[in-house]
Amino acid sequence: MEFLYFGNTGWGDELFFATLMTIAVAVTAIFIGFFLAAIFATFKLSKSKILNFVGNFYTTVFRGVPELLVIYLLFFGGSGAVMYVAKIFGYDGYIEVNAFLTGAISIGIISGAYSTEVFRGAIQSISEGQFEASKVLGLRKKIYYYKIIIPQMLRLALPNISNVWQITLKDTSLISVTGLVEIMRQSYIAAGSTRDPLFFYSFAAVLYLLLTFLSLKLFNKLEKNYSRGF
Amino acid sequence: MELMIESFPRLLNATLLTVELTLLSLFFGIFVGVFFAILRTSKSKILYYLSYYYSYVFRGTPLLVQIFIIYFGLGQVEWIRESFLWLVLKEPYSCAILAFTLNTGAYSSEIFRSAFETINKGVLEAAKGLGLNKINTFFKIKLPIAIKQSLPAYGNEMVLMLKGTSLASTVTLLDLTGVAKHIISTTFKPIEVFIVAGSIYLLMTFIIHNVIKILEKKYNY
Repeated sequence: MEFLYFGNTGWGDELFFATLMTIAVAVTAIFIGFFLAAIFATFKLSKSKILNFVGNFYTTVFRGVPELLVIYLLFFGGSGAVMYVAKIFGYDGYIEVNAFLTGAISIGIISGAYSTEVFRGAIQSISEGQFEASKVLGLRKKIYYYKIIIPQMLRLALPNISNVWQITLKDTSLISVTGLVEIMRQSYIAAGSTRDPLFFYSFAAVLYLLLTFLSLKLFNKLEKNYSRGF
Repeated sequence: MELMIESFPRLLNATLLTVELTLLSLFFGIFVGVFFAILRTSKSKILYYLSYYYSYVFRGTPLLVQIFIIYFGLGQVEWIRESFLWLVLKEPYSCAILAFTLNTGAYSSEIFRSAFETINKGVLEAAKGLGLNKINTFFKIKLPIAIKQSLPAYGNEMVLMLKGTSLASTVTLLDLTGVAKHIISTTFKPIEVFIVAGSIYLLMTFIIHNVIKILEKKYNY
């Protein structure tokens, strides 16, 4: 247990902050994902063939290629791309891209591919009558989206969003390969310096279990809240 | 472009290991999955909770943690190193397969369980009425229906496992992702390598989807 003391002698505080980092990356990533999903879900539902193709291409590629490969692409490619842009503006040095951003963006892109399917499915399952009724009532497009379609969509999408959140949360462990100090990376460091990998990786597993357990509780509450009146 | 052509044979060679890891883990995983799915339907509380917590823990933690516990963690325990288990646990290859098997076993046990649960009561009563014994009912009636029910979800699990094998690269194995990373870190040309390796993965995903489609047709009666 003394491994978990807070302060200089134990790893308790380090692991605590690492857990916060995991949560921060996962939350940032899922919102990046929602943003992308909102765009690509409309692409997939649009009547244009080209936009359909772009939407399908995005979801197929990022749900079919391993997460680790995407992370490597952004980790090694990210700083290259930034340096290229910097060179155009006359800066000729090495720029390291923030590991947090690289991680959140790469997990966000993957999470977005799953969210796109969730959003698309949810919008499609709203009955046609709702769209027609809003039109007949003469509601403006913005209003009927925000007041009619999206609230219903959220209710339908929530159970699946909960799944995407679990996937995203677990995927953040892969960012440890870029050196960002989240749960996995911190456990790796602690395991290396104490030579007790079994303890620290098992403890990491417990932390992840705790996070998935708590978020499941939270989502159940949200689902109850959003199913009022049904 | 040159790099893409140059690296293609190496990546293709590494694909063999990826395919091998995927197929072996899925193969063993089916047995683990069916086993725990049957435990889940058992009336004994102990067996039920054993299966419940197994799937809960393996689905609630990242695969990376599971591999690390098995590969780095278990080797530290004295009595494991002295037992026959060490034969399995000292090699990264068998550790990876063990971790993947347990992981996919947890997910498939849930898929099979829900498939078994959706079997219509009437069908089982009919089997009883026809005088089929327990073993025949299981193999001739329950299993085919359960296979049909679980095919779409199991197809997804196969794709997830294929992607999951990329984590083998974290325990020094040179699978498709491992070799891709190696090439990227020596040439610093991530985009080209990503296109080639990604295409190979997508091709395999495509094959899995089609195999599932064919199987679904076959079991559709």
